[in-house]
Amino acid sequence: MFNPISAAFKKARVENRPALLTYTVAGDGSKKQSLDILKSISKNADILEVGVPHNTPVADGSQIQTSAYRAIKRGIKINDIFKIVKDFKKFDKNKPVILMGYYNMIFQYGDNNFLNKCKTSGVNGLIVVDLPWPENKDFAKKCKSKSIYFIQLLSPTTTGKRLKKIIKDSHPMNYFISMLSTTGGKLKVSPQEILKNYHRIKNINPKKEIVIGFGITDKTIGKLKSADGLVVGSAICKEITRSLNSRQNPVINVGRLVRKLKNKIK
Amino acid sequence: MKLKKKIPVIDQGNSHGFWGGKFGGNFVPETLKKPIEDLEILFNKLKKDKKFIAERDKYFQNWVGVPTRFIKLKNITNYIGGAQIWSKVVSDANGGAHKIYNATVHCLLAKRSGKKIICGDTGAGYAGKMLSMAAKKFGLKCKIFMGAKDIARQQPNVKAIKRNGAEVIPVYSGSQTLVDAVSECMRFWVANCDTTAMCVGSTVGPAVFVRICGWSTSQISRELKVQLINEFGSIPRKLKLYNCVGGGSSSFGFWNEFMDYDKKQVEFIGVEAGGPKKSKKHAAPLTYGSKIGILHGAAQYVNQNSDGQIEETESISAGLDYPGISPLHCFLKDTKRARYTAASDEEALRAYKLITKFEKLRPSLEPSHAFFVALKEAKKLSKDTVVVINSCGDAYKDKEILEKRLGKKYV
Repeated sequence: MFNPISAAFKKARVENRPALLTYTVAGDGSKKQSLDILKSISKNADILEVGVPHNTPVADGSQIQTSAYRAIKRGIKINDIFKIVKDFKKFDKNKPVILMGYYNMIFQYGDNNFLNKCKTSGVNGLIVVDLPWPENKDFAKKCKSKSIYFIQLLSPTTTGKRLKKIIKDSHPMNYFISMLSTTGGKLKVSPQEILKNYHRIKNINPKKEIVIGFGITDKTIGKLKSADGLVVGSAICKEITRSLNSRQNPVINVGRLVRKLKNKIK
Repeated sequence: MKLKKKIPVIDQGNSHGFWGGKFGGNFVPETLKKPIEDLEILFNKLKKDKKFIAERDKYFQNWVGVPTRFIKLKNITNYIGGAQIWSKVVSDANGGAHKIYNATVHCLLAKRSGKKIICGDTGAGYAGKMLSMAAKKFGLKCKIFMGAKDIARQQPNVKAIKRNGAEVIPVYSGSQTLVDAVSECMRFWVANCDTTAMCVGSTVGPAVFVRICGWSTSQISRELKVQLINEFGSIPRKLKLYNCVGGGSSSFGFWNEFMDYDKKQVEFIGVEAGGPKKSKKHAAPLTYGSKIGILHGAAQYVNQNSDGQIEETESISAGLDYPGISPLHCFLKDTKRARYTAASDEEALRAYKLITKFEKLRPSLEPSHAFFVALKEAKKLSKDTVVVINSCGDAYKDKEILEKRLGKKYV
């Protein structure tokens, strides 16, 4: 299956750098502002993760929770999120977009309805935080039939045996959680340690793209450059919060932050 | 969907932890897969281990204090003039509520797994209080997550938790009640599962927590069965067991040993929190037909909007103020083994007034919901019907709410 996510990794590899993945919450700021943020960062980010805000998240730290509650409070609905993606794709049709969220929202929409809507809106991949392997097998198959990557999460607690099984079933991209933490926690292990775990996973099947996420900021991103891709989420959400609180334009500030991140991994 | 006989309900889930093929499961972040699997292996082994059971029973006997009383409420029976009304006074247990059973078992499991810290959620504060007591008893460090709104309204229990040396971590997100406390506690566990054990305070959460809690609170019905036989010579021909249902831990424990009886003989009635009479919000997903959704790692009936956002609940009783319900109760509802209904805040208060007027018993606001429905129905039942209400918590923790709503003389 052709998927622009794979093309994005290829491009980064040619440029001899990891792919930069950003995470922002759909509807954070406002619907329009969150779309404008995507537009402003698309120049420097390779893959855009768009968070589907949920009000009982079991794996998000305070920064992403703040963004999610703000978006929900402003009335964001799933259909608005699909519209944001669709509008973004009109602006930059080849930039891969991944939706990240919790399974109940998909379940209520209906698996098939949700995936059809993903397809027509231009969503290229899905991360479902609370739908682990092997429970996600059926859903991942449905994704595959729509040429949407289902991205498996791997954690420092995932055993070697389990890693092999998950990777065997996985689509071309997987997501390694750097440490035992919710999103945005302080990096409590060294970049060397993270990379050691990363390579252990990468070696299982070098063809699979593995990105690292959780706790990555402009301070730490440069030390993890040897990965296939790096995800920055909470640091961006924090910047949005800071901008809104100080009455500055989050679109400009986040655009600047992502440019800075990109420069660190060049 | 069918309830099997001779197999404990906690063991009737499929290999993925689903009861009836659709309730429960393990909708958890990858990081928790391993710790949950470890806990499952440990629990499955220990629940068959005679030594472990003996250890549990020793602590239940000498420390929790079993059996809790089974008493006839003579005055209220005369006043109502229908069925015989009895109560299982589970609030006799050390600490004043049924939460002690689950807390004790979780601390025993934590000790066996070599963990030094245990974290837990609490709504009414009982689960937190009991976990802090048990943690102290077994030498574990303890962290309790509690919604800021609940901290304000359940101060006596908050003080007790702190006295036991545990840390109370206020949760300010969302509705600042139990639902947010459970989320925050799970998040804490995600980040600290290498050193810390988690105790989920009710029969909710990923499947293994549902099972451990149900296994622990079943002590209530084990005792009741013996007490009924001592009192009546056998299990009465018409027995009705009333229990409030929030997450569902006390009710499940109150019913478990009677599961295989025909419901015409032993009927289970679960009473959810209907919330304030004038409010549209409630904590009664089974009564008001909420849809199946996923909350805190398990599929269950849950109050939610069409997008799948969990809805805020409202109830005078912090212990019942939860938008979801145990997968075990979803299973008992859909197999029609148990019947579920709701009582409003006002009805619970009315029942509390009546009970305290006639009897030397002070049920907390949670069981007061069950008392309301039981008293209402008992009126129409024959004299040979035995109605038993689980008085699973003591009203001491509610003194501020009771004083505000009913006046000083009811405190």
